[in-house]
Amino acid sequence: MPEDELSFQDKFITSCHTAGIRAEALTPKEALRIEPNVNPQLLGAVRVPDGTIDPFRLTASNILDAEEYGGRLMNYTRVTGLIIENGRVCGVHCMNIKTGELIDIRALQVVNAAGIWGQQITEYADLSIRMFPAKGSLLIVDYRINSMVINRCRKPADADILVPGDTISLIGTTSEKIPYSDIENIRVTPNEVETLLAEGEKLCPIMAKTRVLRAYCGVRPLVSLGDDPSGRNISRGIVLVDHGKADALPGLITITGGKLMTYRLMAEMATDAVAKNLGNTRHCETAEKPLPGANGKNADVHAPQVSIPVSGSAKYRHGERAAKFLSDDKKQNAIICECEMVTRGEIEYAVNNLNAKDLVDLRRRTRIGMGPCQGEMCSCRAAGIVSEMTHADNSENALDSIGEFLQERWKGVRPILWGDAMREADFSYWVYDNLLGYNQLQSLPAPVSEQLFTEQDDNVAVEAA
Amino acid sequence: MLNLINTSFDNCIKCTVCTTRCPVAEANPDYPGPKQAGPDGERLRIKNPELYDEALKHCTNCKRCEVACPSGVHVGTVIQLAKAKHGGFKKGPREFMLSHTDLMGSLSSPAAPVVNTVTRLKPVKKLLDKTLGIDERRTLPKYTGQTFRSWFNKQSGTQEQFKRKISFFHGCFTNYNDPTVGKHLVSVLNAMNIGVSLMKKEKCCGVPLIANGFFDKARKNAELNMNQFARSLTETECVIATEPSCTMTLRDEYPEVLDVDNSEVKDRIFFASAFIAREFARGNQPDMKPVKLRVAYHSPCHLIKAGGVIHTMELLNSIPGLEVIMLDQKCCGLSGTYGFKKENYSTSQSIGQGIFDQIEALGVDYVVTDCESCKMQVEMNTGHTVLHPLTLLAQSLT
Ligand code: SF4
Ligand code: SF4
Repeated sequence: MPEDELSFQDKFITSCHTAGIRAEALTPKEALRIEPNVNPQLLGAVRVPDGTIDPFRLTASNILDAEEYGGRLMNYTRVTGLIIENGRVCGVHCMNIKTGELIDIRALQVVNAAGIWGQQITEYADLSIRMFPAKGSLLIVDYRINSMVINRCRKPADADILVPGDTISLIGTTSEKIPYSDIENIRVTPNEVETLLAEGEKLCPIMAKTRVLRAYCGVRPLVSLGDDPSGRNISRGIVLVDHGKADALPGLITITGGKLMTYRLMAEMATDAVAKNLGNTRHCETAEKPLPGANGKNADVHAPQVSIPVSGSAKYRHGERAAKFLSDDKKQNAIICECEMVTRGEIEYAVNNLNAKDLVDLRRRTRIGMGPCQGEMCSCRAAGIVSEMTHADNSENALDSIGEFLQERWKGVRPILWGDAMREADFSYWVYDNLLGYNQLQSLPAPVSEQLFTEQDDNVAVEAA
Repeated sequence: MLNLINTSFDNCIKCTVCTTRCPVAEANPDYPGPKQAGPDGERLRIKNPELYDEALKHCTNCKRCEVACPSGVHVGTVIQLAKAKHGGFKKGPREFMLSHTDLMGSLSSPAAPVVNTVTRLKPVKKLLDKTLGIDERRTLPKYTGQTFRSWFNKQSGTQEQFKRKISFFHGCFTNYNDPTVGKHLVSVLNAMNIGVSLMKKEKCCGVPLIANGFFDKARKNAELNMNQFARSLTETECVIATEPSCTMTLRDEYPEVLDVDNSEVKDRIFFASAFIAREFARGNQPDMKPVKLRVAYHSPCHLIKAGGVIHTMELLNSIPGLEVIMLDQKCCGLSGTYGFKKENYSTSQSIGQGIFDQIEALGVDYVVTDCESCKMQVEMNTGHTVLHPLTLLAQSLT
């Protein structure tokens, strides 16, 4: 950009070359041909090998893979303490945060891979790993405005990366040091939204008129290695601590730091450490084995009756596993989420095979509710299906599920509430509250359906309804 | 990656009103409807052009979705442009024949008696059905032996006496198929002391070309027409068209769909009813004799889109003695060339059924509509003759 120093470009290219990374300077014209929505005022561009991953797909695939090797996922289970016996960590005390149920899980080795919460876990054993929480916020825009990652060619700063992800693009991120005690209560601030938009527009001017779907923030689990107020220069290096060796507390290993880019290597390092402690010397193979669904949109799934947007989206999300639900069954092919083309079949598959127990889970596995309408069309439809599959006859559960889901969507929409996003939110509110009477239903003494079921006389039941 | 210029799809709040108003979605379960084909599909197509849904071919470009949309999404246009961009148009000889209305007209009109007889013959219709896929159950439009232009040129001298003048865009149908409406426009305007002149040249507005995917040809026509308009407007007040689809195309589709700039002349292009109604309101209303008829008025989709129904109703209501019943605002189903295609015949007929039934039940003397294509469809499917509003107006003047 004109306001950035062009000399940085040369430095960037040379550094890439030194690091063995291909880097090729492009003229503004070439850059515009590849990415037509990029700011036409650009002075130059550098093309480097870059890519994106879909964090939702990646997470779901990892879980699926682990389960297929015998692992077990316990979602919504918070670690409340370490079981320490005879100077050794033998497991964890947990609580199911949905039901309040207390659970103890015993294990020969416990791996602390709790991200920013890793510090808390070690504190249970009076150990200290100093985390350096840096909040990062980003904005999701309605549709893809770029097809490859676009980065500002300057020293890392706020809002200098525009990433395409599935149907959307996201502009990120900010970086702000926060006290460790605040990690549970972070929110996107108006200033951050402003910065993201203003800087984003410089990358792609079209962003000025694109609808922002939601704002999101998270905390980077950086490990404090120096005294840097912005957190920018902190090492993103991987930290692996075998507390048996480091603190004479065997049975516990902490893996932290790093970036998503290195997540698999981190997993390998942690697993190797566990294996070593267990006396297993087998070579780790995960780097060589594709994850479930790795074929993505190239998966060979045969479902001629399904329309291309539906089958294409399903394959993109589930790869070859889409064969498990894409069929010519009309009922299964009913579209539940119209923005992201999620069918009833995909929802049933996610409930049965991907641990989706409610709408919030379902969103992460399938993208329902992630499109422009943010759950307006699909919440009630999907809640019905999930409820049918998991809690027959319990409409209260479906209602709770809708409420929780829409609240969670609302949380992301609130910071960007203007223009079409506001109209959309208002319309959703109107549909769920004014039209469907959501709030009134919530305050009824018992779910309507139960009242109906207990009434034997049909006429009375109709009156009651 | 696309260069994203038209992003009206981004304004969609997913209310689905458009789909409830789409005649095709209602009649044909294979069509996913404007919401999915338009704004929803557009996001997916931007992500990956391979996600184009070939079901978009079912859209007739009736534009009812756009009229219904509370968010200003150019739904119909989004769909047409997607079809154009992703090879969604089948452009065979049939499509060529049906869409190149001025070419077909200039070829057929000189031999009108022969063409008209031949195209009504059963074996010929069978042949067209089998070879081209033009449904044999359709009545094909007749051609006129004397084009509107040649009639007009013979009397153009009388137009010179008027101080005020407008330019008339007659369109293909009036020129080659049935000049009646054009003649009636001339007599109505003359009665209002306004003279008529024609563009030196005019080409088909492009509506059938757009509907069949011949965008380049449509763009060429648009450019020629806009040049002609600019030239003609130096001597006349405005350009008037009697055909709703032509009006909508000249004014709205040129910039939106064809990317042809018409900003210089756009505000001076009028639908005939709108112009005449405005004159009436300003006091330029000739004496009118009662026309004792009971008629049903059918509002054409593209006139609804162009916002002209109210003006036609004003004109009809100004005719003394005329009883006008407004039919439900539903599509007749023909949609220009769409209903002629064999594969669309049954959808087309079932879309129109509601209108046909309503007309039959009303027992009126005539049906009135502004659109030539609606006229064909209603005449073929009911026992009624369909008149243009200008015809009734002309009748009330004599
Ligand atoms: S233009 Fe007409 S047929 Fe096409 S989607 Fe809109 S309403 Fe339906
Ligand atoms: S009517 Fe408009 S806003 Fe509503 S769904 Fe259709 S395109 Fe979207």
